[in-house]
Amino acid sequence: MNLVQLLVDSLALGSQYSLVALGIGLIFGVMRMINFAQGDLITFGAYMLVVPTVSDVAPPMIAALPTPLLIAATIAVVALAALLTERLAFRSVRRKGADGPTLLITSFAIGYFIQSVILFLNTGRPKSVSILPELSQQIVFAGVRVALVDLVTIIASLGLLLTVGLFLNRTRGGIALRAAAEDFLMARLIGVKADRVIAVAFLVSGALAGAVTLMFVAKTGVLDFRMGVPLAIAGFVATVIGGMGSLTGAVLGGFALGLASTLLQSLLPPDLRPARDAFLYGLVILVLLVRPQGLFVFGPGRERV
Amino acid sequence: MKSPPPTAGTFVSLAIVVIALAGLGYLMPGLSRTVIESFIYATLVVGLGVFVGNTGIVSFGHASFAMIGAYGAAWFTCCEGMRQVFLPGLPDIIAAINLPLPVAALVGMGIAAVVAMFAGAVLLRLNGVAASIGLLSFLFMVKTIYENWDGWTSGQSSLVGLPMEVGIAQAAAGLIFVLCLALIYQGSASGLLVRAAREDEVASRSAGVRVWRERLICFTLSAAITALGGVMFAHYLGSISVVQFWLDLTFLTLAMLVVGGRNTITGAVVGALVITSLRDGLRTLENGVPTPFGIAEIPEGVQEIALALLLLVVLVARPRGITGGREFNFFR
Repeated sequence: MNLVQLLVDSLALGSQYSLVALGIGLIFGVMRMINFAQGDLITFGAYMLVVPTVSDVAPPMIAALPTPLLIAATIAVVALAALLTERLAFRSVRRKGADGPTLLITSFAIGYFIQSVILFLNTGRPKSVSILPELSQQIVFAGVRVALVDLVTIIASLGLLLTVGLFLNRTRGGIALRAAAEDFLMARLIGVKADRVIAVAFLVSGALAGAVTLMFVAKTGVLDFRMGVPLAIAGFVATVIGGMGSLTGAVLGGFALGLASTLLQSLLPPDLRPARDAFLYGLVILVLLVRPQGLFVFGPGRERV
Repeated sequence: MKSPPPTAGTFVSLAIVVIALAGLGYLMPGLSRTVIESFIYATLVVGLGVFVGNTGIVSFGHASFAMIGAYGAAWFTCCEGMRQVFLPGLPDIIAAINLPLPVAALVGMGIAAVVAMFAGAVLLRLNGVAASIGLLSFLFMVKTIYENWDGWTSGQSSLVGLPMEVGIAQAAAGLIFVLCLALIYQGSASGLLVRAAREDEVASRSAGVRVWRERLICFTLSAAITALGGVMFAHYLGSISVVQFWLDLTFLTLAMLVVGGRNTITGAVVGALVITSLRDGLRTLENGVPTPFGIAEIPEGVQEIALALLLLVVLVARPRGITGGREFNFFR
């Protein structure tokens, strides 16, 4: 495989992973909770592209809108859904002073709930939907033919990562978010509003999920009620190998995972390729063993008490 | 978050309940399926609960152990004479041995325990959430391996022809056996130490608890118990496939554990009984029930939504589960 091709493939996959990981990392920062529902929010966004129906062919809903509106509507719908999960479920559990495992299971339950509702309305048969057809062509880039959708995914992701970075570093809301992620109690004592900062984290993370929906569906064109699960898993793994609680680590972890996945795909002998994920997750466990504090965390790996 | 001391009383009380339910299943044949399934789920959930309850680490990987156990036993019980037709990769030695179910079950438990010991040695170096994600990676890894290990597992298709030997008596015996194991462990020194580490890891470390070692013991035992659940499942249905032991089972068993109460063995059993009954009730309704006013029917798929909602309601209203974190005991 050509080096440029490999680079484009791994960056495209890695940028999707890193957006998911950033969404998970933002919520982990303020709530110390891994949000399982992140993947199912991606699925939710994808199914909002079409009219819910039990028949095999689904007429387009959001997918029928012109491109700018389609992008805006998908991101807005998923961001709102994320906000809703916080308002309706996480907030009540959190107010009761729930411990880590309870929050983790709550997010697992919300994810399962979203899946079940989608399954109920759309049946489990995969459906196809076509969005952003102008991206489905191949172009010649640096002497190699690459899919345009991959290039656009990479550029859009870098843009999004930059935007979120600016938001976190340059705006009042973003700084409050980082303060809360650093020390939630202390941030509250100096006037950061707990509910608001968590809501902001969910909103941003939902918007990122919406963006991933668009990239994923534009590339594959297939809807499945569990399509978000592998993405979410990749996101968790990326946050963990990047170092829990470090947003930069989560993003780098996402790219590292994309690279490892693409490399395994092209380097493994063909008869082992179907089992690629086994090697990938084996590699992940190996990384965790060598650097349990994360690949991209420097300094003491243990939390202070 | 204090768990009551485990007692023989809890074991006897729970065993009495299990035997009473088994009797009910015999008297009312219409209920026997629900009783058997709830016993099998209870075995799986007790396995999960031994680890989650004692260590405080949520495991998303236990369905793998049910699968490893189920296939491990099936290698010795499946389809006599035809075994190498379905599983061409199986070596002649294994293919030639036919074991009675209880012995094959022990073999399945043993295989799962060995896998758990190696996997746990790596994964339990992680803490809290990272360990949960590590276990999830493990679930994905094992699933992918079994799906592609065609010669031994028949890959993505299901393996049929297992002897359907698990009835009410066998399921009850299996459950009582694991209750005994789980409660002995809970009262053992290792059980106490691992719960000390759950409450305050740093403090227990400084008091000399070797947390990794105790967690590994707990993990290995819980994997073996879960494996027995998987073996019973396989030999109740008569067939197994990899997707049976996937996210649905992971979610279902975790929901049962949390609804019942995740820090106690009683909670694991109660959760399994309650949710299995509820699911069976809803399943009957989905198929339609004739009433004097016509056929009462709910659309298919309501079952899953109801389960997710029930779990959310319990998490919000009663985070310690129905049993509220107390072990059941007649003799208190």
